[in-house]
Amino acid sequence: MSLRRPAKEQPENFEFNSSSLEAAKVIISKYPKGKQQSAVMALLYIAQKQNNNWIPLAAMKYIAKFLNMPYIQVYEVATFYSMYNLSPVGKYFVQVCTTTPCMIRGAYKLVEACKEKISENESELLNNKNCSWTEVECLGACVNAPMMQINDDYYEDLDKEKTLKILDQILKGETPKPGSYRGRVNNAPENNRKTLMDIKNA
Amino acid sequence: MLKDQDRIFQNLYNDLGSDIVSSQKRGDWVNTNELTNKGRDWIISEIKDSQLRGRGGAGFPTGLKWSFAPKEVGSRPHYLVVNADESEPGTCKDRDILRFEPHKLIEGCLIASYAVQAHVCYIYIRGEYFLDGQKLQAAIDEAYEKKLIGKNAAGTGWDLDIYIHYGAGAYICGEETALLESIEGKKGQPRLKPPFPALIGLYGCPTIINNVETLAVVPTILRRGGKWFASLGREKNTGTKIFCISGNVNNPCNVEEEMNIPLKELIEVHAGGVIGGWENLQAVIPGGSSMPLIPKEKCETLTMDFDSLMAEKSGLGTAGIVVINKDQDIIQCMARIARFYKHESCGQCTPCREGSGWMWRMLERMAKGEASKDEVEMLEDVTKQIEGHTICAFGEGSSWPVQGLLRHFKDEIKKRNKFDPIVKESKNIPYLVDQHLLDKNA
Ligand SMILES: Cc1cc2nc3c(=O)[nH]c(=O)nc-3n(C[C@H](O)[C@H](O)[C@H](O)COP(=O)(O)O)c2cc1C
Ligand code: SF4
Ligand code: FES
Repeated sequence: MSLRRPAKEQPENFEFNSSSLEAAKVIISKYPKGKQQSAVMALLYIAQKQNNNWIPLAAMKYIAKFLNMPYIQVYEVATFYSMYNLSPVGKYFVQVCTTTPCMIRGAYKLVEACKEKISENESELLNNKNCSWTEVECLGACVNAPMMQINDDYYEDLDKEKTLKILDQILKGETPKPGSYRGRVNNAPENNRKTLMDIKNA
Repeated sequence: MLKDQDRIFQNLYNDLGSDIVSSQKRGDWVNTNELTNKGRDWIISEIKDSQLRGRGGAGFPTGLKWSFAPKEVGSRPHYLVVNADESEPGTCKDRDILRFEPHKLIEGCLIASYAVQAHVCYIYIRGEYFLDGQKLQAAIDEAYEKKLIGKNAAGTGWDLDIYIHYGAGAYICGEETALLESIEGKKGQPRLKPPFPALIGLYGCPTIINNVETLAVVPTILRRGGKWFASLGREKNTGTKIFCISGNVNNPCNVEEEMNIPLKELIEVHAGGVIGGWENLQAVIPGGSSMPLIPKEKCETLTMDFDSLMAEKSGLGTAGIVVINKDQDIIQCMARIARFYKHESCGQCTPCREGSGWMWRMLERMAKGEASKDEVEMLEDVTKQIEGHTICAFGEGSSWPVQGLLRHFKDEIKKRNKFDPIVKESKNIPYLVDQHLLDKNA
């Protein structure tokens, strides 16, 4: 299990803005009557999005009331799942996969790049930077290893140099192009495709 | 090599586009109602004839699973739940179906929902695949627009609603009952079984859970016949399968191939060979991180299906193949996998919660050569105490890879680890609480 702690400094209040409210209502309608608790995961995402990519305790309390469920159960969910950020992260949130398939293709070089460009420590938000980084477990893109995720986008087929360039871009506030950095077509074998050739050449 | 016309996922690499018009050109949604008009019993028996086994890891016969759904719908509605959690290290095939062949999945959902009498289907997608999920959502919206799902879906007379539920970064939610807990808005901790979800599942109602790939191949099987699917591969290990080949190969890739294909062919032909040549191969993890590794000697002749890998004390799992060459430290590779399991344990069973950490810490020290010889046996013992003593199969998934390492690389570990805790007192072994008793000078 992993240890997850809420931030020390917490805002007093939280409530959904109008677009969050609308989104929340749509989500709740996906589940049967009386089962609105099912929406808690999606509502936590909505809160996270509204609040600069992290979830304050006040938001958990708000969601508990919203869904008519005990606060402790919302807290339990928010602390169980690793994608809910319980303390502030960068505007650009860099997650480097270092699980074995990525590790053996050089994932720790990507970690080095993050240390050089962003901060020496994981999950550290330096004042003058708009990004933070962390190591994560397999992101499900192993044939494009090593790879990392920045906000919603996947950056694949990387090496240290390419990562440094990407990080330079985000530090300048630009959004680099997601996908393969070897110009590969999705998950096809690079320059070695043996299947579905008629379709490829059609 | 499998003939191109026998590949189910013609758009695996997105040459053609994933929208509904291109999908229909590939044969999706063509007269779906003709299939459902033949009736539930026909559908289930055709799937049984195809000998399709679940693609989520356990390889359970799909037709049989569907037949467990109650024949009559009682006071509780039935549900179909799709497992798109895909978090097993080495696996990235469902993602390609979500983004490039979404209509195969949606049509499969309709047919399966009809067969098990579900009017609502939830697709549980890991949170990190948000953008791929949005692509699937676009396809679902298209399908609603064209009346392929919704009321009287595709003219079948069956009503079906499909909703996406995003996970939030927890490997354990791939376990089917943890997944149900997660949809119910709780933390993802597996349920004790029985009861099985087919009778008491989501919201206490009968629920059938299948992997993305399992459902996505269903429409093609019904169109081409269970016999066609069964003619590929071999008895009880039939059909085609998407293999993911990652790690130390020249051209890592996903490829759909026939079940029972030689491992060497996958690596040499499709993945461009081992980096440094075949002789540089050290070991292969054949089916995602939970499956025990296979040493090079065996890789020469190994064929990839459920039963042949079982015979090697491993398994096909998700068919996520991780190739490890001799440039890697095999103990470190497994230590990193153990760290994954330590991180992902849901924590409700003591042997798993504590044992996963033990295995990780011991392996880290063994990689550094800081363990004693006796500890190798101790590690084996820890794996045995986890295996079979937990609520869910995560216990096996975390201990099997360590057992695989011990089975094939024990000599390597012993060679590196000669540390003697009694003579040299300088090393502090954190879990040996009565270490002071060993200290001769005390
Ligand atoms: C720890 C653990 C993780 C699992 N993760 C997944 C997963 O990510 N995707 C999946 O389809 N099945 C996963 N499974 C298997 C599911 O529990 C279940 O067997 C499968 O979804 C059934 O679908 P199938 O019969 O179509 O294979 C996992 C099982 C365990 C024990
Ligand atoms: S085996 Fe591990 S993951 Fe499974 S229920 Fe027990 S503690 Fe949770
Ligand atoms: S191991 Fe990095 S994406 Fe799977």
